[in-house]
Amino acid sequence: MLIFEKSRPGRGCSTLPACDVEVVRPKERDKRELKLHMPELSEVELSRHYTELAKKSHGVNDGFYPLGSCTMKYNPRINEEIAALPGFKEIHPLQPEHTVQGCLEVLKRSEEALCEITGMDAMTLQPAAGAHGEFTGLLLMKAYHHSRGDQKRTKIIVPDSAHGTNPASAAMAGYSVVSIPSGPDGCVDLKKLREAVGDDIAGLMLTNPNTVGLFDKNILEITDIVHECGGLCYYDGANLNAVMGTVRPGDMGFDVIHLNLHKTFSTPHGGGGPGSGPVGCKACLAEFLPSVRVDGEEVLRLTKAEHGIGEVKSFYGNFLVVVRALTYIMTLGREGITEASQNAVLNANYMMHKLKEQYQMAYDEVCMHEFVMSLSDLKKSTGVSAMDIAKGLLDHEIHPPTMYFPLIVEEALMVEPTETESKETIDEAVGVFRELYELAVKDAERLHNAPVSTPVGRLDEVKAARHPVLRYSFDV
Amino acid sequence: MELRAELKYSKSHEWVKEEGDIVVIGLTDYAQSELGDLVFVNLPEEGDEVNVGDSFADVESVKAVSDVYAPVSGVICEVNEELLDAPEKMNEAPYDAWLVKVKDITEKEELLTAEEYQAFVESEQD
Repeated sequence: MLIFEKSRPGRGCSTLPACDVEVVRPKERDKRELKLHMPELSEVELSRHYTELAKKSHGVNDGFYPLGSCTMKYNPRINEEIAALPGFKEIHPLQPEHTVQGCLEVLKRSEEALCEITGMDAMTLQPAAGAHGEFTGLLLMKAYHHSRGDQKRTKIIVPDSAHGTNPASAAMAGYSVVSIPSGPDGCVDLKKLREAVGDDIAGLMLTNPNTVGLFDKNILEITDIVHECGGLCYYDGANLNAVMGTVRPGDMGFDVIHLNLHKTFSTPHGGGGPGSGPVGCKACLAEFLPSVRVDGEEVLRLTKAEHGIGEVKSFYGNFLVVVRALTYIMTLGREGITEASQNAVLNANYMMHKLKEQYQMAYDEVCMHEFVMSLSDLKKSTGVSAMDIAKGLLDHEIHPPTMYFPLIVEEALMVEPTETESKETIDEAVGVFRELYELAVKDAERLHNAPVSTPVGRLDEVKAARHPVLRYSFDV
Repeated sequence: MELRAELKYSKSHEWVKEEGDIVVIGLTDYAQSELGDLVFVNLPEEGDEVNVGDSFADVESVKAVSDVYAPVSGVICEVNEELLDAPEKMNEAPYDAWLVKVKDITEKEELLTAEEYQAFVESEQD
């Protein structure tokens, strides 16, 4: 039942204090023409409503969540504790700088730490999520080329294994996209890349490790090829959780990067987050960074870049998310950050190794923080698809891996266990995967009908996509 | 896989029908079954120029968005707008659900007969 259906006129959960100022009524012309339609519920009804919704959902707090490319690691409670401190929480974005020095220090230290981890020289914390960061990063690249009087670069190279947001962001930034096919090893095909580069290329967007969970060993050559044609290299930070403390995108030759604090740095994820997608860059691009950054030693102040691209979000981005990420970084420290990535890689390899006795791996070699299985053989022999296995996992209270991505792998399931899962959890999940495989062989029909234990059964995704109902219609 | 002997086929899985000076283009039965249930189609506009090998439309299934490539060069003279509201027609009747009609044809890629296309699809599946 929707919250609007539970609403009853006149009910509510807040009692306003007595008015101690003169009552001023809005002018007639300023009044709303349509009803506001705010749900009216008592506090207990509201509380039950959200508890009921929470019970129907699955989060990292409920169980294993190996959603590939999303890095659904556990978010430590200490992050919440620090973000709830009144000095962080009860501030206003327009407060004078001298009254929020601690908050400015958070921004400054976060920028420094994230630059250190990524090998960048400067960073904006303003973008609100990964794709927003991509868009911001592309605008930086555009501003750089234009500042040099170079208007002819209108294309961005994106490999066909890329996250879908890469070509979408490039198009949003006014670029046309040149898609290059991956080699048989899932990595960038150097020959195709060489054919694609030229003086019309603004840059390349790449994630490394790539979307099949492999570290592209030719990365230095790749970034060289792009630089030689005058282009810039953009690093999609979605997969940074594999390499923190071991290798830095800046050292791989990347000029611009976005991070997903809600993936790699343990801030809330999904359900609106909100996310945070800082964008880092090399010194040659810093003058174009948007909005303000923190400067100063003893006394901190906000400064604007000389040729900044403007604002990409209001004020300082999702500040409290940055507080959580900094808490995470400072809790782990230099050694902990490195160890987190190493364990993420170890967990993925352990799980892959266990699963490959039955499941076919798309690329059967040592992986990074995630691996991709292809269920095309299973589908051919039993009719059970990646979708069926994913739905079967729901009945075992495991969130399915990412499905049907990357697009270069048929019947793909992309598994990212993250470092926060124990050996026992992974063993248990492997057991479930095996059980489902056996069920596929013995009784495919049961898997076609899964899930049966969830609040809703299998959803009609086709109908939802063809005829989406996105709005509740009020009886005005 | 349904094939029609009177049609020609491209290796990127479009069917082509020649009606005098006009070429009609759609997605093959094999293409629609591989893509799965189609939920959205993005079509060009009348008057748009297309070139052999260029993507002129895209179709979206629950799984992915895929480009549709032009097997001919020419000018779009008619667009099947019915598909915008009913993309499922491409699944239900792929050889009736044409996407575009093209006129002023200047170039054609080498197209396959039904038999050749069938052999091509079979070789791709191996």
